[in-house]
Amino acid sequence: MHELIKFVPLFPLIGFLVLGLFGKYLKKEALIGAIGSGTVFGSFVISLLIFFDFAAAHHEKPILVPVYKWIETGVLNINISYQVDQLSILFSLIVTGVGFLIHVYSIGYMHGDRSYYRFFAYLNLFIFMMLNLVLADNLLLTFLGWEGVGLCSYLLIGFWYDRKFEGYKITWTGDAGNKAFIVNRIGDFGFIIAMFLIYNEFNSLQYTQVSNLAAEATMQYFGSGTITAITLLMFLGCTGKSAQIPLAIWLPDAMAGPTPVSALIHAATMVTAGIYLVARNSVLFALSPFSMEIVAIVGIATAFFAATIGLVQNDIKKVLAYSTVSQLGYMFAALGVGAFTAGVFHVMTHAFFKGLLFLGAGSVIHGMHEEQNIKNMGGLKSYMPVTYKTFFVATLAISGIPFFSGFFSKDEILWMAFSNGNVFLWLIGAIAAFFTAFYMFRLLKLTFHGKERFDAHHVHPHESPKVMTIPLIILALLSAIGGFLGIPYALGFWFSHQPNLLETWLHPVFSQAQAILHRTEGHQVHSIEYILMLVSVAIAITAILLAKRFYSDEKWSVPKALAGKFKPVYNLLFNKYSLDEVYYAFIGTPVFKLSQSFLWKIFDVKIIDGFVNGLADVTVSTGERIRRIQTGVAQNYALLMIGGIIIIIAWLVLSY
Amino acid sequence: MMGYEFQFILPIILISFFSTSAIVIDAIFLRNKSIGFYYSLAGLGITVISAIYSLIKANVALIPLHHSDRLITKGMLVFSGYSAFFDIIFCIAGILTILASKQYLIREYREINEYYSLLLLSIAGMMIIAHANNLLVLFIGIELMSISFYILAGFFRNNLRSVEAGLKYFLLGAFATGFLLYGMALIYGATGSIGINKAGFFMSAVGKAPLILSIGVGLLIIGLSFKVAAFPFHQWAPDVYQGAPTVVSGFMSTAGKAAALIAMVIIIRPLVPTDIDHQQLKQIYNGDTIRLIIGLISAATMMIGNITALVQKNVKRMLAYSSVAHAGYLLMGIVANNPKGWDGIAFYAVAYMFMQIGAFVVISIFERDNEFNMEISDYAGLSKTHPVIAAMMAVFMFSLTGIPPFAGFIGKYYLFASVIQSGYIWLAIVAVVASIISIYFYIGLVISMYFKEPEEKIQQADKGLSYITLGIASFALIIFGIFPSFIINLSHRCFNLFLF
Repeated sequence: MHELIKFVPLFPLIGFLVLGLFGKYLKKEALIGAIGSGTVFGSFVISLLIFFDFAAAHHEKPILVPVYKWIETGVLNINISYQVDQLSILFSLIVTGVGFLIHVYSIGYMHGDRSYYRFFAYLNLFIFMMLNLVLADNLLLTFLGWEGVGLCSYLLIGFWYDRKFEGYKITWTGDAGNKAFIVNRIGDFGFIIAMFLIYNEFNSLQYTQVSNLAAEATMQYFGSGTITAITLLMFLGCTGKSAQIPLAIWLPDAMAGPTPVSALIHAATMVTAGIYLVARNSVLFALSPFSMEIVAIVGIATAFFAATIGLVQNDIKKVLAYSTVSQLGYMFAALGVGAFTAGVFHVMTHAFFKGLLFLGAGSVIHGMHEEQNIKNMGGLKSYMPVTYKTFFVATLAISGIPFFSGFFSKDEILWMAFSNGNVFLWLIGAIAAFFTAFYMFRLLKLTFHGKERFDAHHVHPHESPKVMTIPLIILALLSAIGGFLGIPYALGFWFSHQPNLLETWLHPVFSQAQAILHRTEGHQVHSIEYILMLVSVAIAITAILLAKRFYSDEKWSVPKALAGKFKPVYNLLFNKYSLDEVYYAFIGTPVFKLSQSFLWKIFDVKIIDGFVNGLADVTVSTGERIRRIQTGVAQNYALLMIGGIIIIIAWLVLSY
Repeated sequence: MMGYEFQFILPIILISFFSTSAIVIDAIFLRNKSIGFYYSLAGLGITVISAIYSLIKANVALIPLHHSDRLITKGMLVFSGYSAFFDIIFCIAGILTILASKQYLIREYREINEYYSLLLLSIAGMMIIAHANNLLVLFIGIELMSISFYILAGFFRNNLRSVEAGLKYFLLGAFATGFLLYGMALIYGATGSIGINKAGFFMSAVGKAPLILSIGVGLLIIGLSFKVAAFPFHQWAPDVYQGAPTVVSGFMSTAGKAAALIAMVIIIRPLVPTDIDHQQLKQIYNGDTIRLIIGLISAATMMIGNITALVQKNVKRMLAYSSVAHAGYLLMGIVANNPKGWDGIAFYAVAYMFMQIGAFVVISIFERDNEFNMEISDYAGLSKTHPVIAAMMAVFMFSLTGIPPFAGFIGKYYLFASVIQSGYIWLAIVAVVASIISIYFYIGLVISMYFKEPEEKIQQADKGLSYITLGIASFALIIFGIFPSFIINLSHRCFNLFLF
């Protein structure tokens, strides 16, 4: 059964090729949409089959399925080969499952777009690349997928290339695509160097081999400089792809793309690639306590800062974008304290509720005729009941209201931050959770409740078609109940020994890393865990009530007063800590100036071009000269041959 | 043993039969030109099937074959993996060429059935080379191939360039053949045998080898260097390849070159044995000198070939020079003289066959009267007027340059790696520099096709069946570029499992 894994990436690839090459000739939108989502559905079904088979067989070890030899040289052999294990199956289920729903949603959302087929071709290519990323059995194939999803992200951010988009030094959507791509290059650089170092150290790029070698020589590698360098560089790659400090700045601008893209790529799947990479290399990270600390600190700091920015943004997608950055921060914080399962758990629940939030936002934007500013909305509840209800469920989930999915995963992260990390990690995480609940309910209130603030003569909000709302409903169900896959022991011990299904499922993947970290699964109940749980629920409810209070008042007098009173703070948050400006002032502009005045005008034009052109001139003039030997006269040719013969024979005689 | 012998010799019997009977067919069906065409295609098809069959048979059923089992006709011919491998390559090259020839010859008013029979005869010569276990048989093979080529080069007997090409090729070829034969005579004088392996065994047994042996080998190298068009014996090649009918040039510069190279492998491998200790080798024989000489020839060939190709305006002549350069790359495999080098030669011969024949066929589609529509500027804007052909030509050019994912890259990689492995790092460096130079003119053509506006004159494509050739060639280049393991594994088995 696991042999079928080959077909999981194959289907979207076929879809991409068919749509990319022949999409122009497929006139019907329905057909294009069916091909686009059908291929992903096929992959989803196969992933499910493999999941059931794998679960039934109780495999402990990953199964490697080679497809073909990609690179074969004396020492470096790379296979296109897929690794079937608990982690990769889980990710491929998320990618294909959520991906399929978003494909279906796009059928309605992109209706009437003049590049309909191009959109689905890109989406399919994205799914193909993402599956390569998560299914690869070696770093290089993962890197192929990693770069591939980056390319798709770039292509899709600038999908409406002729539309304007506002941002710092950004005027067109294409500029936002450039920004995402370039910022990611910095991270990719780290990834590449990490790969070199791993190959240098372990003579292999295969995950299982590297992990086993590292785990066997724990004494040698624990805390060693090499491992720390590898993991930090790899983490630099993750900060790029998963939009963490210091490379977080690209994600909000990536909202220039169509909303399904934001949902699929910039919320549910691609941005979690960093989490996947750390989880996949958990052994290496576990061997470097310093790197783990960095991961945890960067994660929790990102969670906090992004949440604060989210408090004051007015663009519905921007709020969600900062929320995504913040939630990704939580996941890294979990990884950083060694709670790999909790991090992956949050990836899953986040894919559900954040995918849903973005799709809901897309539905709103769709119904409001491309309006994105929540200050111009309000009262949409009655116009779009399904969108409102599903959005509400997702908001409850992300805010951490008990028994919705986000509650379980976020709470596990906070508890792990407390028990494995320290109280400060927990505290910052809890404050960020407060902000999260606040900005989410602010968003909900401003969008769906209260007075209608749009011009009812020109804008007629309407509910989206079924093809869009059904994916919303499915995701809402998942957001509501998805958390029961990871019931914490403290809440579930009375009915089962292992209530946390996800932890049991993922146990074989992380057992080596857990052994290095001396972690045993926490099967005892701490009273403090209940207290913290109550505290975080209280935090969420307080934040919700506060947001309700603030924004039920139609004049927003309290928030306005606060913004006026703390003007500098408000401006700082509203301008996103001026991170873009700072980067431009200290990095972008100096590099640009240096490139322009020295590297281009002097180094490139004078030195490199001079050298290259000079060399080329010499080569060409040599060619002209040699050409003259080619006289066309056969006797001359024979003469040259005689010369050669004499030299060769003389050489052989003399060297005898 | 009789059964095996017949099986192993069957491809040679078949090709000899079809090439000679093609003349008879020609005489019987004077009017109907298509019969010769289909007859020769069928002949090559049957031959290639029998070659594949013998390869499979030897591979599957007969392992382990003893050396003596594979000697046929009393040790004159030998059946070995590489011979079957190259049989297949030669036949495929012939099929590709014949498919592209018909329409071309009709247009140039020279569709005469002799053409097909000559082509088959030259393939027979090549196959005899690949099976030779004896210097005289080798010589017969080489001459059979060469003489057919002399005639084919001058096949447009009303075209001055073509006649000049045929004559030049013949004059210089006869000159070089003299040295080849003289070398063989010296080897016979030194060893008392014309069996190739016997000469090799002689060398490892005799202690210090006599001077005339190494001079003999040197002369052999000189003669074969002429056949592969290596510096300083390359000067005929540009004139001949330019003057000869274009499809013939494609065939001569690929299959002919591969045959001459395989002759070199046959000679060099036993004479410069790799299994003897290096110091010991130095004492008995200056094999290292011979390798160094070939190395220098290889380096000079690729540099001269590419640098001269740089200044050509005529695409056909440019490809002629580039084929000189490719002889230089292929010679690296001989210098390396190790399994990787032979794998490299085999793979590159396959890749080179597809890309070079493909490129020449594209030229043959557009050229007129062996004279016009061959300038680089004539290809301007081809991507707009003939997008599919332009795309395929671009594949050939990228592959000739050695850019992944096309097969040319993998072939080059193997050849480069083989010389590095055997310690000739300087040669690999020269090869890289030469490849960089070659980017200019290969990609220059692609730029002309894709980024220049078409001129007013409309290029007329006259495809005939040649689109089959082009399709197969470009498809093969992509497939073998992405999945190189198939050919590599095959050639590796052929060269190592049951070699010589």
